[in-house]
Amino acid sequence: MDNNNIPRTVPIQSATFSNPTNAEIRRAAATGIYDIRGGGAKRRVPHFDDLLFLGASVSRYPLEGYREKCETKVTLGTRFAKKPIELDIPITIAGMSFGALSGPAKEALGRGASAAGTSTTTGDGGMTPEERGHSTKLVYQYLPSRYGMNPNDLRKADAIEVVVGQGAKPGGGGMLLGQKISDRVAEMRTLPKGIDQRSACRHPDWTGPDDLEIKILELREITDWQVPIYVKVGGTRPYYDTALAVKAGADVVVLDGMQGGTAATQDVFIEHVGLPTLACIRPAVQALQDLGVHREVQLVVSGGIRTGADVAKALALGADAVSIGTAAMIALGDNDPRWEDEYQKLGTTTGAYDDWHEGLDPAGITTQDPDLASRLDPVEAGRRLRNYLKVMTLEAQTIARACGHNHLHNLEPEDLCALTMEAAAMARVPLAGTEWYPGKAGF
Amino acid sequence: MQTYNLEADGLRGLNTALQAQNENVTEESWEVNNPKGSHAVAVGLNAPIKVTVNGSTGYYCAGMNQQAHVHVKGSVGPGVAENMMSGVVEVEGDASQYAGATGHGGLLNIKGNASSRCGISMKGIDIVVHGNIGHMCAFMGQSGNLVVLGDAGDALGDSCYEARFFVRGSVKSLGADCIEKEMRPEHIEILKDLLERAGADAKPEEFKRYGSARQLYNFDVDNAQAY
Ligand SMILES: Cc1cc2nc3c(=O)[nH]c(=O)nc-3n(C[C@H](O)[C@H](O)[C@H](O)COP(=O)(O)O)c2cc1C
Repeated sequence: MDNNNIPRTVPIQSATFSNPTNAEIRRAAATGIYDIRGGGAKRRVPHFDDLLFLGASVSRYPLEGYREKCETKVTLGTRFAKKPIELDIPITIAGMSFGALSGPAKEALGRGASAAGTSTTTGDGGMTPEERGHSTKLVYQYLPSRYGMNPNDLRKADAIEVVVGQGAKPGGGGMLLGQKISDRVAEMRTLPKGIDQRSACRHPDWTGPDDLEIKILELREITDWQVPIYVKVGGTRPYYDTALAVKAGADVVVLDGMQGGTAATQDVFIEHVGLPTLACIRPAVQALQDLGVHREVQLVVSGGIRTGADVAKALALGADAVSIGTAAMIALGDNDPRWEDEYQKLGTTTGAYDDWHEGLDPAGITTQDPDLASRLDPVEAGRRLRNYLKVMTLEAQTIARACGHNHLHNLEPEDLCALTMEAAAMARVPLAGTEWYPGKAGF
Repeated sequence: MQTYNLEADGLRGLNTALQAQNENVTEESWEVNNPKGSHAVAVGLNAPIKVTVNGSTGYYCAGMNQQAHVHVKGSVGPGVAENMMSGVVEVEGDASQYAGATGHGGLLNIKGNASSRCGISMKGIDIVVHGNIGHMCAFMGQSGNLVVLGDAGDALGDSCYEARFFVRGSVKSLGADCIEKEMRPEHIEILKDLLERAGADAKPEEFKRYGSARQLYNFDVDNAQAY
């Protein structure tokens, strides 16, 4: 037999021990520390892409695209606040800390959001004058770390967001590594410069829903019951978390699914803890409905919102508004191909750059280095964000009109079908071409 | 002197009246009767006024205080003077959990004992406890001084940053990265001043000082068991 002519098995890569998996094993073995990164879950999970709108038909007629109005306004905080927040569009900018982001990046978020008629949010690290100055509506986060937390800023806020958790790391605290603790960041957080800063995962002065109720009372008493109080939770047990937030007296529940971005945390946390955004919405809406407060306590959903279609789908499932983090950063200029050479030097590539904690961001957004930060022009970046928010709104309106609705809030689950069994089960809308979704009784 | 009956006239009215002084002080001295364990009593003050509470309060008494002197003639529930910025909060009785949590400034003077997590995440506040304190006090304490005339419970100063702890009695155990430190003349001075301001009958020399060993400031895998 001619040995050279024997057919050979081709080299087969293991699906279990894939190259990225093995690379991570080698990295862990070499360094002894887990991987820390920014961003949200990168694995594929059932998402809004797995839903479709049905559009109008004989039984439902559409609205004229350029003539008939489709409203986009939303009011947040109608339950108890004397001054609810009125937004032109149901897309808000999520909390991202000064510290994680540069001063100009925060300013750009404020500018873009304000120009689009929506709110922006502070983050772990307190309120900066730049973002207060450039945001017509600013939500002030009240976090476990309480970095920079002070009553003067609290009184300057248009709303207060009590952060219980984030979708990227429900049950985890923040992390800002030494490279990013500049003088200004250190001073705002009352910490020594250059140390690794570990934010707490639990609030220091309350545990559980009964305490939260008293905490909310205190915040309201300090701010004269003027501004709305949001409670932000990571997607884990959305039915109960929403119900408990309502019970504790929240005006607004912010629910962040596992695709939601973070400035920095362990990769294992980002990829393995929490529920996909799609799976969070219906249980939360169910809780609001069971308590008779759907639309009275508003629901803001975040985690992987990228397009007007995502906005429309979240609203159709019962959310009152959505919030964006990662997409807003990309609109500002994060992970832009123009920096490809520099991404290569950092051992990465456009679209994959997520070592935000190292503070070396070529786009100048997730850094405290003044030279890098100066690459971002806050006026230009703000304009890009405004444009992007406008486009998302137009897209959502296009869909709503096609489904025959004169307000984005009139979108409903009946407008949707699902492409996969998983999405059908999570969104509780029928599998395309059927009237059935898993868990639905009577079939 | 303005007297307010909390039970009869309600919390909203009390805080509205007191916070009105933030703009313009019209009455420097206030007395609050019948607090009966109410939460959020005298919160969000920002004026040089004196508020005397005759009785015990619930959660977050004098929360986020600025400038005011709040004197509770009773005991206080969890989170007294939480996130205080300045001023003085004085408690004749005992304090429940998280007394002075995340406080940035001012003096919290507790004549009785303080429970667990006193001074948690403190960011510049001075706390003097005349009695004992419970477990996990000054957890992640960033800045400020915690003075204890009695004993401290388990895990004092766990994962602390630059806050200082002065304890006269025993310390049941120290938390991760918290160690006993040398008492230098400048510390004696700080302590002397605090004891004086708190009206405490103790000598600085009787105390030991504790604080961060600064070993956990930057992650090192060989310290992983400490986290
Ligand atoms: C750079 C960055 C910083 C963040 N910082 C905070 C923060 O300080 N507090 C917080 O509650 N969430 C924070 N988040 C999470 C966002 O508020 C939001 O939940 C998330 O970004 C939404 O998901 P998306 O990124 O897919 O839009 C941060 C996210 C990013 C990307």
